[in-house]
Amino acid sequence: MMLVDVLCAVLLIAGAVFFLAGTLGLLRFPDVYTRLHALTKADNVGLGLMMAGLALQAGSWAVVGKLLLIWLLVLLAGASVAHLVASGALKRGIRLWKR
Amino acid sequence: MEALTLLAWMFDGLLGLGLLWLAWRALTCPDLFRAIVLFIAFGLLMALAWVRLDAPDVALAEAAIGAGLTGALLMAALAKLHPTETNDNLSVQAEISRPKGRLLQWLPVVALLLVSAGLGYVVLSLPPYVTGLSAEVAANLKTSGVDNPVTAVLLNFRGYDTLLEMVVLLLALLGVWSLGGTELHRDTAPGIVLDTLARVLVPLLILVAAYLLWVGGHAPGGAFQAGAVLGAAGVLLLLAGWRPRVGLMAWPLRLMLVAGPGAFVIIAALLYMIEGQLLEFPTAQAGILILVLETAATVSIGLTLAALFLGGRPRNDKGLT
Repeated sequence: MMLVDVLCAVLLIAGAVFFLAGTLGLLRFPDVYTRLHALTKADNVGLGLMMAGLALQAGSWAVVGKLLLIWLLVLLAGASVAHLVASGALKRGIRLWKR
Repeated sequence: MEALTLLAWMFDGLLGLGLLWLAWRALTCPDLFRAIVLFIAFGLLMALAWVRLDAPDVALAEAAIGAGLTGALLMAALAKLHPTETNDNLSVQAEISRPKGRLLQWLPVVALLLVSAGLGYVVLSLPPYVTGLSAEVAANLKTSGVDNPVTAVLLNFRGYDTLLEMVVLLLALLGVWSLGGTELHRDTAPGIVLDTLARVLVPLLILVAAYLLWVGGHAPGGAFQAGAVLGAAGVLLLLAGWRPRVGLMAWPLRLMLVAGPGAFVIIAALLYMIEGQLLEFPTAQAGILILVLETAATVSIGLTLAALFLGGRPRNDKGLT
């Protein structure tokens, strides 16, 4: 196994861990704001790690560019939608969770 | 390799079970909002299933139209339902309008069982290995004017299907428009986040639509996928509060809505007069004809989907356009 393969596997597994943590957070956190927090971590960091891992195996720079573009678009959409959902929830009067 | 096959089987199995479970939940869920979200998740898993079946063209269309735009349309429809009509009242109404006789209740079940049995019989009576028409398509690909077999079938060998599909979309829009008009002015400010998102994404979406349209000639892509992306750009613009000028809503909009089917009919008529055959492209001009048809179809499909999201015949203060 090449060093690149090992690095790729490490990045992909780390990304998967973030996705798992995000999903757990989505299922287990108490209110919409904390769930959003968990979800955006998975989207941003998890997908970023996955894309980095896949970029190592990409054959050409064009593919690397596409992967980067996908990540940036998901970052943009994820951040915007999280903001919209949170502000919508605030407007509806959903209170912040307190212990 | 053995472990990988097992993993693929497990993945496919989970995917299939997940699809069934999501479909069941979406159908039985009493909360309409939740049902729509489940339906969107179902569409995304469905797209994944098409990828697993090596049909990336269908997967693209399913993800864009089946999950994305249909989800947005359902959400828009839900928002237009009066609060009294949602959830509880709907189920109450369903209770009232349910036919009294037990027999009538079981009739659809029997019909469905018969259809399922018939379909099952057909599937089981298929020979185990069929070559299908793919060899024939591959043999005739040279004469089609494109390199992507899916586009060759959709636009050249079976052009009728695509023409009729676009007519179906147009009919759907006419059906929505016949229900009434909708005000063109916006009632709420979109907010800076949605506004910025639309400003960044819409030019990019138009670019992606053009790319999908062009790439459809030799790789997965084509008019329906490009049209769906264009429609998504329209939905985003409408959500962000953008409204087209009233002057553009009368005949320019209608002209662009019928551009796709219209171009199809005109080209078919011309070909009939020159070649004596409807929609049978001469090999030399097939590529450019398909590009013209697909461009017109993309514009029409995108606009139709966006107009469906607007949810009614556009109307200004003076009345219907």
